[in-house]
Amino acid sequence: MKSRLLWLSFFSASLVLFLATATPCSAQIDHNMVSVTKTMTSNVEGRTGRAYDDGQLRPDVGVQLYRRYCVGCHGPLGNGEGENAMWFDPSLGFPKPRDFTAALFECRSTPTGTLPTDDDLFNAITRGFVTTNMPSWRALTVLERADLIAMVKSFSPRWEHEKAGTPITVPSEPTLNIDSILHGRELFDHMQCWKCHGFEGRGDGPSASTLTNDKGQPIPPYDFAVGTRFKCGSTNHDLYTIFMTGLDGTPMPSFADQIKPEEAWDLVHFLRTLQVSLQTPELTLFEQWEKAHPGQLKPMGQAPGTAP
Amino acid sequence: MVIRWLLKCKGARWSLLSSFLICAASIIVLVLTAQPAYTLPPLQKVSAVPAFARKYGLPCSACHTAWPELNYFGLAFRDRGFQLGNDRDSPIWQNPSYWPVTARMTPNWHWEQTTHQLTNTVTAAPGTTINQNGFDLSGMDLWLIGTLYKNISFSLLPTTDPTATWHFENAYVRFDNLAGSEWLNLKFGHFELDNIISEKRFLFLSNNGGLYQNYHFIPLGDSNNFGIGDNQSGVELQGHSANSYTRYTFAVLSSTEGGVNLTNSVTAPFVTAPAVTTNTGRTFDYWLSFTQGFQTPLGLQRIEPFFYWGQRPTIFNQTVGTPPVPIASTGTGNKPFYRVGVQSDLFLGKFELLPFFQHSEDNAYLANSLPANTPLTAGMQNAIWNGGFLEAHYYWNPQLVFLGRYELVRMQQQGDPSNAGTTGNINAYSVGFRWYPIMFSRAGLAWHTEYSITKSIGIVPLSLDGSNLLPATNTTPVWSSSVFAGFDFAF
Repeated sequence: MKSRLLWLSFFSASLVLFLATATPCSAQIDHNMVSVTKTMTSNVEGRTGRAYDDGQLRPDVGVQLYRRYCVGCHGPLGNGEGENAMWFDPSLGFPKPRDFTAALFECRSTPTGTLPTDDDLFNAITRGFVTTNMPSWRALTVLERADLIAMVKSFSPRWEHEKAGTPITVPSEPTLNIDSILHGRELFDHMQCWKCHGFEGRGDGPSASTLTNDKGQPIPPYDFAVGTRFKCGSTNHDLYTIFMTGLDGTPMPSFADQIKPEEAWDLVHFLRTLQVSLQTPELTLFEQWEKAHPGQLKPMGQAPGTAP
Repeated sequence: MVIRWLLKCKGARWSLLSSFLICAASIIVLVLTAQPAYTLPPLQKVSAVPAFARKYGLPCSACHTAWPELNYFGLAFRDRGFQLGNDRDSPIWQNPSYWPVTARMTPNWHWEQTTHQLTNTVTAAPGTTINQNGFDLSGMDLWLIGTLYKNISFSLLPTTDPTATWHFENAYVRFDNLAGSEWLNLKFGHFELDNIISEKRFLFLSNNGGLYQNYHFIPLGDSNNFGIGDNQSGVELQGHSANSYTRYTFAVLSSTEGGVNLTNSVTAPFVTAPAVTTNTGRTFDYWLSFTQGFQTPLGLQRIEPFFYWGQRPTIFNQTVGTPPVPIASTGTGNKPFYRVGVQSDLFLGKFELLPFFQHSEDNAYLANSLPANTPLTAGMQNAIWNGGFLEAHYYWNPQLVFLGRYELVRMQQQGDPSNAGTTGNINAYSVGFRWYPIMFSRAGLAWHTEYSITKSIGIVPLSLDGSNLLPATNTTPVWSSSVFAGFDFAF
């Protein structure tokens, strides 16, 4: 028993010594994260997320979660220069981590140039980004994701001075028919989408190799032929939103001022025919039409001013 | 207040160095008090997987509360077949030089004390106290794990004891998202049962604390060697929701207790019953569990009821000769046993609580190591016992976690009438902490310190510390304690 007490004493003493000397290591969390606004909050599904101390039972929850899950890529400054950023090679199709200090986000429901809503950021965190190292964080609770959104927003002063944009209105999707698909194809040709995405949507258009994002890094156009989902979602609604809001920071512009809403749905229906790996209903319908109307499809890139 | 004040000190780069110095000083003190070391049982754990961190660029803390324990994001990642679902999971997307392998080992110093031990010089009650200590090695894991193709994952874990004797801790292939559904995933091979409180990934390493007593306990005199902490061989059907808050697992397993060559070749180091036979039957065991998670303001709360039912043979075919050799997989006279219980993973902010309860019953023939063609004698009956534990973790931050556990095993009904009512009862206590001086996406290092103590009545401590002999009487309380300090590293 005496020996046991001796060892217990030793154990306790070493624990106290350890605590007294090692805990500043934990202070890295507070010392290294550089947020512009420490009072930033978010509101998602009726829950309020906080980046820093809420004075309640969840102290510094956003920053702690960011330290745990995000700092490796996005870095302690939120500028996308975490320790792993150097290993992401955009020329090989792995984009660099998002720079939160610029507050420039690709996936939004809001018009181009505006800040996304908290719901947009929530959807992005929940969904993750296909073909990147940003996973789906759906396994985290809603509140934890809300806390992380608050933390993301804390890195840029834009959130202090600007409000999020107003989400665009997405009209109901019209019934799918071949006319819609064929008109969408004409729009694809006329608006020269193929210059980046290629005639078959394989991301191999004549301009594809020259594209860069706002950081000057190479960025490949989306390859409809192999992708199982889009960067900003997987539904027709998501696809509509993508080209009506644009992907800020990338060469993909907003087409909100160039096409009408009903035309946008036609384009959605045509783009779905390019997803040959998924055999979508749109593709099935298109293939049936092609079979019944051999040789009637005009080649793309032939219209005046659209030659490759 | 002092600690709070210390926490506030800024730019304390010296503190990392000083922490190492403290650790080194601790080791020196331990050396000065060291006595000749004895051979001790190996620690057999699986690891965190820096290979995944290297593949996906995530820090250890993304998938682990504190490695190797999985957090709920890590569990969801595992449920998805070690895939992030970013269309880049297949190895074809990796640099050809990428090799999904990790190695883990824990050089350590540990001290063991076991009371009431019989030795060649002390052969009668109350026995003597045995002290053992010294620098030592844990076993080593060399774990290959990842995807063979999109939606086909694998794990291969050769493990050694400290003397480099190898065995396969697990080896399986898993077909994920069958029919495009995350509710259908099929695993085939040798694997851990789907306990949300995984003993293979837990945070205790000492001889007495480094195992859940309830995961391996067998009553005195019982020939069954099953433990829900032991990896088993078979096929597992598993399904989960997109966030893995809802999960189910159903497994069909050979009654070989994970042994290879159709034998119980896993020597079941924790069995305290009479000699374990190497013969097995041709029956199958069944595992069923269901997990449900609930979101609360303080974190995700998960609860998992589970049920295991199996049989073990009691009559063995043997070869002609002296001594007769059991013929593998020919056992008959199968008798049943079951384990049923509930385990949870609860979060209260930075506190994680892991409560566990299990009710167990072994058939009277197993409980008395009696062939099924022999009549039971008076007093022989099924062995029934209950057990549970409450484990608590406090995550000061992702790099520092404090640990504690209190565990009980209580016999409800002795199968062997010669046992006392309390024979086999266990109380176990563990405290410790793990500090991760580095936390990034390439490797892991932890300084681990732990103190554990168990009181086992009338049996050999499950740690096998001491002389590994039964105490003088079946009511003798054997106290076994461990102090453990070491560097746990994985690359």
